[in-house]
Amino acid sequence: MKRKYFAYPYIVWMILFIVAPMLFIFFYSVNVGGAWTIAKAWGTLSDAGKWNILWTSVVMAFKTTLICLLLGYPIAYILSNMKKTVAGFISVLFFVPMWMNFVLRTYAWQAILEYFLPGLLGMKDGTLTGTESAVLMVLVYNFLPFMIMPLYNTLAKLDKSLLEAARDLGANSVITFIKVVLPLSVPGIVSGITMVFIPAITAFTVPALIGNGKYYLYGNEIELAFKTLSGQGDYAVGSTLSIILLICVVVSTLIMNYFDKDQKEGGQMW
Amino acid sequence: MKKWLALLLAALMLVSLMACSKKDAAEEEVDYSFADGDQYEQIGGELNVLNWGEYIDPELIAIFEEETGVKVNYTEMTSNEEMLIKLRGADNPYDMCFPSDYIIEKLVKDDLLLPLDMTKIPNAKNIQDRMYEVTNTFDPGNKFSLPYMWGTVGILYNTKMVDDEVNSWDILWNEKYAGKIWQYDSVRDAMAVSLLRLGYDMNTVNPDEIAAAKEELIKQIPLLKGLGTDNIRSSMINNKAALAVIYAGDAILCMEENEDLAYVIPQEGSNVWFDNVVIPKTAKNVEAALAFINFLNDANLAARNTEFIYYSTPSQGAMDRLDEYFTENETFNPSDETLARCGVYHDLGDAIELYNSAWEEFKTAMGN
Repeated sequence: MKRKYFAYPYIVWMILFIVAPMLFIFFYSVNVGGAWTIAKAWGTLSDAGKWNILWTSVVMAFKTTLICLLLGYPIAYILSNMKKTVAGFISVLFFVPMWMNFVLRTYAWQAILEYFLPGLLGMKDGTLTGTESAVLMVLVYNFLPFMIMPLYNTLAKLDKSLLEAARDLGANSVITFIKVVLPLSVPGIVSGITMVFIPAITAFTVPALIGNGKYYLYGNEIELAFKTLSGQGDYAVGSTLSIILLICVVVSTLIMNYFDKDQKEGGQMW
Repeated sequence: MKKWLALLLAALMLVSLMACSKKDAAEEEVDYSFADGDQYEQIGGELNVLNWGEYIDPELIAIFEEETGVKVNYTEMTSNEEMLIKLRGADNPYDMCFPSDYIIEKLVKDDLLLPLDMTKIPNAKNIQDRMYEVTNTFDPGNKFSLPYMWGTVGILYNTKMVDDEVNSWDILWNEKYAGKIWQYDSVRDAMAVSLLRLGYDMNTVNPDEIAAAKEELIKQIPLLKGLGTDNIRSSMINNKAALAVIYAGDAILCMEENEDLAYVIPQEGSNVWFDNVVIPKTAKNVEAALAFINFLNDANLAARNTEFIYYSTPSQGAMDRLDEYFTENETFNPSDETLARCGVYHDLGDAIELYNSAWEEFKTAMGN
């Protein structure tokens, strides 16, 4: 009985900071200056340009996740085969940059791509910012640790005797990897993908700073409605855009959970 | 051996530190005396000031506090809209603030401002008449506000990279400079550039003109390096772009760092902005607020304040006390002819929605 009371602060927190804001978003999407209307919401939903931007953002997030997975898996695999102390040290190194603020790191990349690298490459007036690949690269940089950590946690917990068993039964290292290691690391892959894809789809600082404000993603569209324009009708547009994004996030989480449902253990980030 | 090295290094650091402080001391004392030998009475109480960040020489506040015994509470704001919300709040504590032109227009319409008692501000005589002609357009009769700082919007360009003559907004649509052009990331500024280029009024509420300006902005997208604000400065200084829409204050900073840069106010005209000082109706310490306004308009102190803020000063008295770096500089001190081409942004009322949706369409076009 007593234990229930400990949950109250958490419930209050959830109501205040999770449930209430969501209700506000729904409220603002259909209420313009006190009057109920779905005109703005409908206008947003039927604007093909906005769906195009969403598509661009989803593709961008997908590319980011894929590259993070292709880069992160080998790193996590190598780490998991090292001595615990060494692996611990190296994974700390991976996380050291994460102690610095996300926006600061992005500013650093802006300086590198705009001034430092072009200088090194001898393109005095040139620049590497403002392109899709620059935005993609910085997104990968920022999210890679979120892919590596859950993968490493899963792979490190892998029972090594299974590998020995596979080898005893005549499987070479490639077959062992494909038939044993890979299937057993699915939970890590799933949480890695979730940790990267969802923040990537909502990214707006990176496209703003690295894309020179010209490379424009869905997060920037929401920011514009709330921050730059901030008229009464624009809150409805921004809220509608947010709801669409929320649905995307929920759907992708559900898909991920579906793949994860057999595995109840491991793979969590922390 | 190591100990000696450490000692030597410490000594070196000490010497260099001393050298630094010596250099500072050698700099001439800043003259904060009153131009007309003003005397201020002890007023006391508190004065709540709402202003932009780094928009006053802090030394001036200290001197004012000493002269009048008033405790100044200085609050910073980051946008005009933020200030408008604060001033509309029923329990706003502010005795004076420094909003921009179109916000003053709104505040006057909403009857939120106190008429300034000019008998208490004799130093207002320092302000140039040509300033009043402009401020009159948003504060009719100049009853509620006095100009504090002002400036223009124009084109900053790199003379080494641009070989055409720069005298029209049209050059920002020149394909020769594709990928080297910065547009300004704000609705009114970017739209004004496009409207003026097409020969329209930058305060137009005609939907066709606004739509045409939007189409031109969309056509400009492939030529842009990007949309920027503060980041334009370092980009121009480091020769990363050839042309940029920019505020005069920023242009001066850039030209100091890179001598190849030049600033022009195009022939089609441009925006001139004013940040004026106003007293809200709800002010509690009006006497102190008026004294502070008078204090800030002292010719000598206004000159010091200008050297700190680096925007154009409306005060002729201050101009007389600034060196030619400021006075001979067309960017800082535009001629009457140039100023005559410029106008302020007006509060557009509900028509701002037209601008906002045009801007939204422009941004959406960028993501496609």
